[in-house]
Amino acid sequence: MTEDLLQVRVRNQWWDVWDQFKTHRGAVWGGGFLLFITLFVLLGPYIWQLDATKLDIRNKDLRPFYTALSGTANWTWAHPLGTDNLGRDTLAKLIEGGQVSLSVGWVAMALALVLGTLIGVLAGYFRRLDNLLMRFTDLVLSLPLLPLLLVMMLLFRDQLRAAFGPETGIFILIVVVIGITSWMQTARIVRGDVLALKEREFVLAARSIGTPAYRMIIRHLLPNVMSPIMVSATLGLANAIITESALSFLGLGFPSDYPTWGKLLFDSVDRMADYPERVIWPGLAISLTVLSVNYIGDGLRDALDPRIRGL
Amino acid sequence: MLTFTIRRSLLAIPTLLFIALVIFLLLELAPGDPMSEMPLTIPPEVKEKMRLALGLGQPWYTRFYLWLYQFFVVEPQYWIDALFGTDLAQGAQRIISFQSRSPVFEVIAQRIPQTLWVVGMSYVVGVLIALPIGIISATRQYSWFDNLGTLISMIGFSVPTFFSGVLLIVIFSVNLGWFPSIYDTTLVVDDFSSLMMQIKQMAMPVFVLALYNAAQISRFMRASMLDNLGQDYVRTARAKGMKERVVVLRHVLRNSMIPVVTVIALGVPGVFGGAIITEQVFKVNGLGQLLIIAIHGNDIPMVMTLTFIFAALIVLFNLIADILYGVLDPRIRYD
Repeated sequence: MTEDLLQVRVRNQWWDVWDQFKTHRGAVWGGGFLLFITLFVLLGPYIWQLDATKLDIRNKDLRPFYTALSGTANWTWAHPLGTDNLGRDTLAKLIEGGQVSLSVGWVAMALALVLGTLIGVLAGYFRRLDNLLMRFTDLVLSLPLLPLLLVMMLLFRDQLRAAFGPETGIFILIVVVIGITSWMQTARIVRGDVLALKEREFVLAARSIGTPAYRMIIRHLLPNVMSPIMVSATLGLANAIITESALSFLGLGFPSDYPTWGKLLFDSVDRMADYPERVIWPGLAISLTVLSVNYIGDGLRDALDPRIRGL
Repeated sequence: MLTFTIRRSLLAIPTLLFIALVIFLLLELAPGDPMSEMPLTIPPEVKEKMRLALGLGQPWYTRFYLWLYQFFVVEPQYWIDALFGTDLAQGAQRIISFQSRSPVFEVIAQRIPQTLWVVGMSYVVGVLIALPIGIISATRQYSWFDNLGTLISMIGFSVPTFFSGVLLIVIFSVNLGWFPSIYDTTLVVDDFSSLMMQIKQMAMPVFVLALYNAAQISRFMRASMLDNLGQDYVRTARAKGMKERVVVLRHVLRNSMIPVVTVIALGVPGVFGGAIITEQVFKVNGLGQLLIIAIHGNDIPMVMTLTFIFAALIVLFNLIADILYGVLDPRIRYD
């Protein structure tokens, strides 16, 4: 009996959130798939040890295993998803491409989140900065982002490539460029919440005992705006993955022979009439990942809303 | 309301100027050089002359002012001349593309019809699909129709258009052979069979973009309808014995349309930007494709002008959305 009471007492609010999250079927499936795809790209190289960039001209243009049903296809178990026109293994490329696509997504999302939260908190907390920062946010929102992304990619590509090497340079460029063009919604939401929180009694109490501004923000305001930040994190992750693929698809992303999902799709479009699988697998990977992230966001929004929770 | 409109319009001018400056400086400060693609055998002094011929010799603020002058004064003069046969421009220098050496606006004028047809049509189709879906989803919340609508709209904005477009090409052009995979701009519509051809080649790009747009708008419509269905005036309308049809279609729908109309207005400029990818997939030679070519070719005046036009569209439709909101909702008073 007493043990039960203790059990109830140690239960914190995140368990409530988790319980509510579990009732959202789409979100649970989404979470499962995201976990699966993350493990797939992280552990994949240890299980499927073929090198994604190794050329094998003898085994070029192999078809995936399921085309064996049609009888005439040229396929082998050594390359279950087939190979491309230079004999590189499709499964290995999917794994390696996924590593790049997902890491670009996570890092760009984190950058956008940090920027957005910083600007939102500053604008909400310091009245003098509010007008200036929010006008700036409006201004960035009225820039045509995709054209500007393309322009920035083209203009700064060679410099960063020279400074950090072809792969790291482009990675930094893509992440920064996506980060600085997608923080605005987060900033607006955070500012609105901070403005409302500032009027609450606990903030007044904290201020009356002389809490300095930075501690006020870190200890009192930030924990209370965590829920909208988490929801916009999921939106940001989906957005970053799609933007990176779109840039690669338009030929302004990562350099050739450096696989990402968008790049794999782009490289295969010319021969998709003969080899549709080379388009479909990377496209499916992007779409399902984004879909699952969006479902997680949906579930989180419900779970973090205390008005719905517990119903 | 009128003062608000005038004030907002005046405020748009410095915003536009600032955006123009940001784009110009981005292009200017970036280390890329329009001459970098030229053959190395050209002697440096000739290269210098070519730079001067492109107008790159002057300091950046002179060139920025020149661009502004050409965009806002010279080009409108040419348009008026073309319309009324006057001679306002008197042969003044227009904005010239580095690549084609022809006026930027002439190239843009050639590309606009394709973009407007494909992209504009897809937006209209998307809205027409989205509104009924949103209304039915909201009136039958959590029914199978609503759940299906939720799933499809979730898929609609999760699947990037460059994948859904490619997938449609694989299925409908390669395997079934129903539609052409490449948009043929030279097609002249003058009889029934060419009209059918035009419809066929527009079908896939329009469908891809329409699905993407409908996904977002139908969610907004549903949420807005649900908000209004819980209001007191709906209960009053039901209580005085109105038919459910009248309650939903007259009372709730009209109130729910207020935020949805502004969302639709705000989405228009985004469509032009998003169409860049779809135009690339289906090889439609519209504005988006023009921008990509210009970016790859270091054609600074073309990139600058196109990007600015996209930005101006965003500012314009923000303004329209704000004004529409005030006109449609008498509770909102800006003054």
